[in-house]
Amino acid sequence: MSQPFYVAPEQMMKDRADFARKGIARGRALVAVRYTDGIVIVAENASETLRKVSEIYDRIAFAGVGKYNEFDQLRVAGVRAADLKGFQYSRDDVDARSLANSYAQMLGTIFTHEMKPMEVEILVAEVGLEPAGDQMFHILYDGTVVDERDYAAIGGDAESISARLADTWTDGLDRTAAIELGRTALAGADREIPVEDLEVADLSRANGRRCFQRLDRAELG
Amino acid sequence: MPLFSTGDDPGSSFPELLRRVGLQPPTISGTSTDLMRELGVPHATTCVAVRYVDGVVMAGDRRATAGNLISHRSMEKVVEADRHSGVAIAGAAGPAMEMIRLFQLQLEHYEKVEGSALSLEGKANQLSMMVRGNLQAAMMGMVVVPIFGGYDLRRGCGRLWDYDATGGRYEERDYVATGSGSLHAGTVVKVGFRPDLGRDDAVDLAARALWEAADADSATGGPDALRGIYPVVATIDVDGWSRLDDDDLAARYERIVAEVRSR
Repeated sequence: MSQPFYVAPEQMMKDRADFARKGIARGRALVAVRYTDGIVIVAENASETLRKVSEIYDRIAFAGVGKYNEFDQLRVAGVRAADLKGFQYSRDDVDARSLANSYAQMLGTIFTHEMKPMEVEILVAEVGLEPAGDQMFHILYDGTVVDERDYAAIGGDAESISARLADTWTDGLDRTAAIELGRTALAGADREIPVEDLEVADLSRANGRRCFQRLDRAELG
Repeated sequence: MPLFSTGDDPGSSFPELLRRVGLQPPTISGTSTDLMRELGVPHATTCVAVRYVDGVVMAGDRRATAGNLISHRSMEKVVEADRHSGVAIAGAAGPAMEMIRLFQLQLEHYEKVEGSALSLEGKANQLSMMVRGNLQAAMMGMVVVPIFGGYDLRRGCGRLWDYDATGGRYEERDYVATGSGSLHAGTVVKVGFRPDLGRDDAVDLAARALWEAADADSATGGPDALRGIYPVVATIDVDGWSRLDDDDLAARYERIVAEVRSR
């Protein structure tokens, strides 16, 4: 009988993390930027039909990078969890923090128990009734949760994009300025992202009950 | 967080999801219609919907009755189902309100999961299935008979449906009325209807229909100037749902009163 090879747990985790990171790094990044009325999410996405950013609930948006079918599965699970919670209790009881925790549990379990980790990174953003209530949660392929306040970048090259946002972000931005800030941070110094390659969604306090709104490429100009 | 295997996935259906996770509300069942009557379940009454050139107008009075008593004076039986459709409901108030809530959730759930809204016809079909799901309760006297109306973005026109207790779905060309005062309200609309009605005239016609229904049917509430409660009147056109405010309705009802007085 053949003996299975022994692989040290450290090595196994490292291999899985490398695998997931490689998958994520291949995709293009996205950023979320807080402004006075809410949060804009700007993604580099050449497709007009396969979305990276979408609505989860009244005040909550979802954004994912990496493998499309995997983050889309997470998106649908989030919509279901939120709608079920809103049905069972009330619309006010649905919040991003508990959703982020559920995502973290799920991704953590998949990372350790499944054959293959999910090659995704996701962002859950929520706008509060007041600016002080705005929240963003950045969830990694292994279930690590990081909460962000003013801006977040996920996907390949996220670190340098984050650094650019740290340099340029200021309090009191309006929506147009926030989108422009996100766009330039995504692009970096030596290139510009054409409007056709942008997917922009706004999560705004001014939009009524359902805060989420997609912005047409025509509106971006 | 609910995760399903590929073959077991409830897709974009919210009621199906509720079934899978065991949260589906129990259906009302029993054997005695008399017992149901004794429970004194409130009933919601008259609603009308009229097509006009740019869309549909939907209106409903605010009264709910339990037997000979008024149980609620400010019920909202005409509600926004989603941006481009509305539902008006008559019948047993409890199941009716629950049905509306589930219907609104289903439309929103579908839209979020699929990334695009259901077609108007698809929405009408969904409601039909929900009414049919209530059949058991309907036989206990808890009948729910909605009207569904909306703006069909694909065809570019307003459309209306009414239902029977078994979930039967009938598209109406011009107008429809439901509830205890529907005979009177329907007649008023029938006499005043013209295919070229504008928004303003259609709103006046619906308001007048509810006025006459309230005049002749004790279960239908009229405008209540004392408490500032007016019927819910809303229009749905290409720009979506828009509810008329109470000041606007107060002015319209003052004109109706003046006209009736001057006869």
